[in-house]
Amino acid sequence: MSDYKNFTMNFGPQHPAAHGVLRLILEMDGEVIRSADPHIGLLHRATEKLAESKPYNQNIGYMDRLDYVSMMCNEHAYVLAIEKLLKLEVPVRAQYIRVMFDEITRILNHLLWLGAHALDIGAMSVFLYAFREREDLMDCYEAVSGTRMHATYYRPGGVAKDLPNVMPKFMLNKNQNLEQIETLNYNREGTLLDFIDSFVDRFPKNVDEYENLLTENRIWKQRTVGIGVVSPERAIDLGFTGPMLRGSGVSWDLRKKEPYEVYKNLKFDIPIGTEGDSYDRYLVRIQEMRESAKIIQQCCEWLKKDDGQHISSNSKIAPPDRDDMKDNMESLIHHFKLFSEGYCVPEGEVYAAVEAPKGEFGVYMISDGANKPYRLKIRAPGFPHLAALNEMSKGHMLSDVVAIIGTQDIVFGEIDR
Amino acid sequence: MNKIRELFQELVIDYVESDMITLTVDKLNLRKVLKTLKETKDLQFNQLIDLCAVDLIEYGQSEWETKETTSKGYNRGINPQSHSRIDFVTEDVNQEYKLCVVYHLLSIKHNMRIRVKCNLSNESLIVPSVTDIFASADWYEREAYDLFGVLFEGHQDLRRILTDYGFIGHPFRKKFPLIGNTQVTYDPEQKKVVNVPVDISPRTLVPKVIRKRK
Repeated sequence: MSDYKNFTMNFGPQHPAAHGVLRLILEMDGEVIRSADPHIGLLHRATEKLAESKPYNQNIGYMDRLDYVSMMCNEHAYVLAIEKLLKLEVPVRAQYIRVMFDEITRILNHLLWLGAHALDIGAMSVFLYAFREREDLMDCYEAVSGTRMHATYYRPGGVAKDLPNVMPKFMLNKNQNLEQIETLNYNREGTLLDFIDSFVDRFPKNVDEYENLLTENRIWKQRTVGIGVVSPERAIDLGFTGPMLRGSGVSWDLRKKEPYEVYKNLKFDIPIGTEGDSYDRYLVRIQEMRESAKIIQQCCEWLKKDDGQHISSNSKIAPPDRDDMKDNMESLIHHFKLFSEGYCVPEGEVYAAVEAPKGEFGVYMISDGANKPYRLKIRAPGFPHLAALNEMSKGHMLSDVVAIIGTQDIVFGEIDR
Repeated sequence: MNKIRELFQELVIDYVESDMITLTVDKLNLRKVLKTLKETKDLQFNQLIDLCAVDLIEYGQSEWETKETTSKGYNRGINPQSHSRIDFVTEDVNQEYKLCVVYHLLSIKHNMRIRVKCNLSNESLIVPSVTDIFASADWYEREAYDLFGVLFEGHQDLRRILTDYGFIGHPFRKKFPLIGNTQVTYDPEQKKVVNVPVDISPRTLVPKVIRKRK
């Protein structure tokens, strides 16, 4: 009928809907996608190679910069791998802190995903709502680590610092009057745990707000139902993990199946989808945020009662106490050795994975007995997801590609590494 | 677990149980082993979680002599051959390699993981592709080719994936300098962006030390 033949179109790399630096070469038949060829690597920093030239602890900061919206989960996989090689025991308090921050990170990630995904499909306001809650969670990051994003908080053997006893408050400034400042500070009077508690108390209601805007929204449904359908068998074959796999109806979550840290002591459910389309994956992620809030609440409750150690007392791996260093020669030597040479990890290889917000974030580490990893391979969940973009978008319209990139929760920090 | 051992008795060169079962196979048997792992009913390793290459050429080499103390101070720590210290190389002189391809499989049905390793002999960099067994192998194989130069026989579309268009070399090999070989800059005479040799010098602060624990 038409005189036009297929044509190719360039999409990105500088395009707001490409979620970073994704370049797509699309073969189009009119408005319909015939094939999509993602060109990646525009954010490639060779993290794995850099890690080979640095002592173990100096690489933790690089992990934050992989998936830069789920920072602490990346660190978690990395320190787990080191701990497995060292056969290092982690104090229970540290495990609870880590689990709590993993779940805070999950909410952070899903909120950004929800806001950006909705914005891509044309729903502006969800973005603003999502960022309102993200702000509070970023403050939790800041309270424990001093930074809002790239925390570098986890350490082999525990976490860098114990939870603070005070929550930082807003200060009086020329833009806000006393009354406004007091409103902002209303839940910051107690400790960090009190602040987190008050957050999880109100968070389910916030999720209801997002759902009010989207779940039954006609346009939202038209843009997501039946888009990017993946069958369970295919999802497994394509290497999908996390919400992408669960959206297709496969009940697989490392927190349940290979419970690490204290997940086996916590009560939570794993939501799964039925159809395997974008809408199901949306519902799965929304439900995951509610489940995460439950986990955080349980961790908070436990942490309030406990007063154990936040990091292992093995001074060959974890730095000694600051006070100790002043009058204990041994501690001073340990400190000097740790921060100059680092520690040597026994020869061997290990694969450690955590259920990151996007899926299975794995670290395959080979040590030849040195103070630096011999080889570090990062298994980023987004990599196989994006590889399936061609298959998922075939036969859909151009505008659906944006919805599919959105539903895959693409972040280039981890894909390009 | 013993089943895996029995099943592959003749095909496997090495069988280790560390954090997970690790099989080392010859590349001639690689496809057969992976296919059996996927299709055997009590195993069903039907997800290829990860595929990566490893360059073993510097394995076990340290930069710091811890046993014999010399009076040369810090300089004794510098072994200019290690990848983080070599300067850019003008020509590809060192063709020596010792590579290994590692597959991580997951059985969702039985909640098991397995690692399959395949060492590459010195003559050939070619490994059979497994893209027809596991769909996720497609990009992983492209990545291993790009970064290590492993060639996957039977891969439909073995292009570079992570490095820049027109990149030369395989950057994750240990003989490739950490600082890289070229950098991009704008050339006002030619009025275009060009690749020139790197002008930074290698700088690694902490030497690689191997200490055996008692």
